[in-house]
Amino acid sequence: MITASNLRFSYSSLKKFDFPDISCKDKEALLILGQSGKGKTTLLHLLALLLKPDSGEILIAGKLANSLSPELATRVRAKHIGIIYQRPHFVSSLSVIDNILLSNYLANQKQDRAKAIYLAQELGFAEHLSKKTTQLSQGEQQRVSIARSLMNDPNVILADEPTSSLDDSNCEKVINLLKRQSASIGASLVVVTHDQRLKDEFSNRVTL
Amino acid sequence: MNRLYRMNLFKISIANLKDKKLNSFLSALLLTLGIGMISLLLLLDRQLDEQFRRNIRGIDMVVGAKGSPLQLILSSIYQIDAPTGNVPLTEVNSLRKNPFVKTVIPLSMGDSYQGFRIVGTTPKYVEHFQAKVLAGQLYNASMEVTIGSKVARNSNLKIGDLFSSSHGLDSKGKTHGNKKYKVTGIFEPNGSVVDQLILTRLSSVWDIHEHEEESGSSNHINAEPNEEDKQVTSALIQFRNPMGLLTLPRQINENTSMQAALPSIEINRLFSLLGVGIETLRALALIIISIAGVSVFISLYNSLKERKYEMALMLSMGATRSRLFLMLLIEGVSLAVIGFFSGIILSRLGLWLFSRAAEQDFHYSLRGFSILPEEVYLFVVALVIGAIAAALPSLGIYKLNISRTLAEE
Repeated sequence: MITASNLRFSYSSLKKFDFPDISCKDKEALLILGQSGKGKTTLLHLLALLLKPDSGEILIAGKLANSLSPELATRVRAKHIGIIYQRPHFVSSLSVIDNILLSNYLANQKQDRAKAIYLAQELGFAEHLSKKTTQLSQGEQQRVSIARSLMNDPNVILADEPTSSLDDSNCEKVINLLKRQSASIGASLVVVTHDQRLKDEFSNRVTL
Repeated sequence: MNRLYRMNLFKISIANLKDKKLNSFLSALLLTLGIGMISLLLLLDRQLDEQFRRNIRGIDMVVGAKGSPLQLILSSIYQIDAPTGNVPLTEVNSLRKNPFVKTVIPLSMGDSYQGFRIVGTTPKYVEHFQAKVLAGQLYNASMEVTIGSKVARNSNLKIGDLFSSSHGLDSKGKTHGNKKYKVTGIFEPNGSVVDQLILTRLSSVWDIHEHEEESGSSNHINAEPNEEDKQVTSALIQFRNPMGLLTLPRQINENTSMQAALPSIEINRLFSLLGVGIETLRALALIIISIAGVSVFISLYNSLKERKYEMALMLSMGATRSRLFLMLLIEGVSLAVIGFFSGIILSRLGLWLFSRAAEQDFHYSLRGFSILPEEVYLFVVALVIGAIAAALPSLGIYKLNISRTLAEE
């Protein structure tokens, strides 16, 4: 579960953001729609504890998380938040499966190879596990990053424009997988996008 | 796929190195060359020093025909240069009466068998080099020889074999056909010059050349050689006390037809001549190692610019900055370790090739492929270079803005 209230952030005195309150319960999905320049990525980084808000509160799994020290924020993020970025990025020297296991390793969790293979089968890229990530298509890469975000059974999954670089069929596939997988581990799913195609896929919507 | 390994920093570092094969190869190659050169120089230095010092031990002075003192030392002690000429035996023997002189070991050479020198000498020579007979017995009569271990191995001579020597010190000389030497014994290998020599009595060398002259010129009537005519090539002298060093060489150089050469002085001179070359090579090796360091630095600096997003990603996934810094450090240090060990192997290969050439030309073999104490320092230096070259560009990790870097793409 993740809730945010009265969030405020400024890069400079000219570039200030006031964000609407957000709440997403376990197993639920929330779509945050917004045009470019409305602070979508900023909001996502605030929710992901990558940025500290000037004011306001963020609760992750019922615990206050907006004023943690950087070390603690990193630990909470690694353990409780799965992030999917707009363009799937990986450690390019590692294979697909190692990139997925990296998520366990960096969060100091046990490396669960069986789980990585299971997720790859579920998400349909099991035959690519030993390839380098650059050998995969955009749609496949996005599915790998979904698997990576699920490895530590996070409480919250944050997705930043997960579908913007995908065609219609891949878009639908990816968003359905995201919804199904996050529900299956009981996580809250927050998708931030300007992609109007997703509008009808979510009943909970917030517009920036 | 079912390989049972775990992800760890080391594995990521190695994967990163493998991902940039050419860059890594160049850095490791430069380190290999630099380390290999320094290590080879250390090995050669050690080997030459050992070989030269071992044979010089206990010999205070060498007397022989006038000429180059270095040549006299090289030919009489190390048996690697041509002798300077001959001197009358009477003059050499008169040195025995000098109160400063403890031992005089006359040497007579000029013939060889399959490139191994035949040296006529007295039993004192065998004693001096502490050569022990392994099989058979020490030569006793004229034309009997005892051969060094290396001679036995390479020439296939066995006890009881007869052979005729050839004139001159290489195997191309004219053979003395009529009179044959007989092998009576083989020395134990002891690492000294004796290993590569065929030792015999002084009289053998005179005998063989008397016969030569007889058959060559019929006018030569004097068949019985008399003491005054006899000549030797040189003599090794040991002093009774250091006072000899001060007076004898000058006395000999001024008052006799011989020259006196002091091994310690000549060898130091030789080493200082070689030293210039060695210093140059060492400087070159240090330059190569520095370039290797710069190469590690540049290749990590470049790849870090490319991998900035990766670093931010790993930081967002829970990596600490120190962990990533360590990962990059491992990349540099791994290159240093690879470079060091390939360099050590390269230098051993170099020593082996060098030894083969030296054995062919001088019958000296260089052994000692073990790790030298200096190489442990070299290892530390390589690690430090790898670590510094990796650390400098990697410090940027501590300044990386995760949010901005992730948002930029």
